[in-house]
Amino acid sequence: MKSKFLVGSALLLAAGTAAYAGDDHPVVVAQLKADFHAKGIAGMDRLDQDQVQATCSFKHSDELPQTLVHTLQAQQLASVRYPSDGKFLGDWRKGQALAESGKGDTWKDKPGAPNGGNCYNCHQIAPSESSYGTLGPSLYAYGKRRGNTAETQKYTYAKIFNAKAFNLCTAMPRFGYAGALTEEQIKDLVALLLDPESPVNR
Amino acid sequence: MNRILVVAATALLFLGLAGAAWSETDGDDAQAQIEQYRQMLSDGNPAELNEMNGETLWKEARGPKKAGLEKCDLGLGPGVVKGAYAKLPRYFSDTGTMQDLESRLLTCMVNLQGFDRDELAKHAFDGTFGTPDLVAYVVGQSRGQAMSVPMDKPQEKAAFELGRQIFHYRAGPYDFACATCHGENGRRIRMQDLPNLTTTIGAQRAYTTWPAYRVSQSKFRSFQWRLNDCFRQQRFPEPGYASASTVALTTYLAAMANGATYQGPGIKR
Repeated sequence: MKSKFLVGSALLLAAGTAAYAGDDHPVVVAQLKADFHAKGIAGMDRLDQDQVQATCSFKHSDELPQTLVHTLQAQQLASVRYPSDGKFLGDWRKGQALAESGKGDTWKDKPGAPNGGNCYNCHQIAPSESSYGTLGPSLYAYGKRRGNTAETQKYTYAKIFNAKAFNLCTAMPRFGYAGALTEEQIKDLVALLLDPESPVNR
Repeated sequence: MNRILVVAATALLFLGLAGAAWSETDGDDAQAQIEQYRQMLSDGNPAELNEMNGETLWKEARGPKKAGLEKCDLGLGPGVVKGAYAKLPRYFSDTGTMQDLESRLLTCMVNLQGFDRDELAKHAFDGTFGTPDLVAYVVGQSRGQAMSVPMDKPQEKAAFELGRQIFHYRAGPYDFACATCHGENGRRIRMQDLPNLTTTIGAQRAYTTWPAYRVSQSKFRSFQWRLNDCFRQQRFPEPGYASASTVALTTYLAAMANGATYQGPGIKR
């Protein structure tokens, strides 16, 4: 029998009470590393958790010590790289195409191929697209509701760059932080949400 | 025979109508089409063809040892297929490990028929060795049976707990765990409803309708395939076929579904 089963009584003892940082956590990691293999662009380093991922594996933000949440969110916010030209609004048309695409970063995707934004997978955005997911809140009329101010533009850019800076255990990926989307792509998405000409706000 | 013809004709219809037109992102149209197909298929799931092929393969003398699988022990004794899937995964003392159906099929096909394990695993999803059909046959033999995955042995409890922790393990470029999409009620990706697999009702609905005929791919898909494609979309590296991690995850989901009536093979988008 080739398959390795590393888990013994350690997990049993932890059953029911295990949080991410339980004594058995290294056992889980070791088991995953024994069983998975790199494929295409999806390397084994993807199994390594950073502190945010580990902290949020078994808990929502509101179940964690708030000092820890604030510390980690501040670290995430510090990771945001804002556009060097100080401009946040790109082309909402490109943003719409980007929001539609769910491509990118799987083991089937080619290295260097541009990623999609995956936005409609989880959010309602422009009213013309009726096939939208509901894992995230509706973003329809986002700009109308929040106003297209400099402050909102900066916040929206940062939110897409690293959503964990504002809600530590949110389901939303850290698109800029992870290198999944470029500065220009994020600007296009900010425009889709805030440009008064965008179908989101018309 | 008429039944077979009806199923075959339906399957052909699928290939023609569904094969080309589907994509991951189709919305309302796709939903309407799915309903239409479900209606059409109330009298026959194309997976019945896979079940029939699988039954033939089960008995056929194959592999270097030119043997059938009639002596394969799926947990209820050599040759007992009826009801076996509803009690898997479980601990097998002869291999000293937790095994789901597909892991156990590997054991039987290696030991009884002399196939090479790595070759079987490499081609598990593409049908080279008939694995999907064998899966369809075995799961079909548990239709109508109550799910009762054993949780008696320490290894079975440990696998459940490991599976639960893997289900919640967030990692990768997008920070996804299984739980990110399958941990809340009433959510969708695009138009696709997401079962909440951390609840009894959600796990029961999902687990009892897999493996399934996948309309968008015109193929029968096993549970190991389902997990593999979830991990792909999770942006993880690839799980080993029938590896301990995937068996543990299956143990968690299957045991969560305990008590429900198994209804597979199912039919999916």
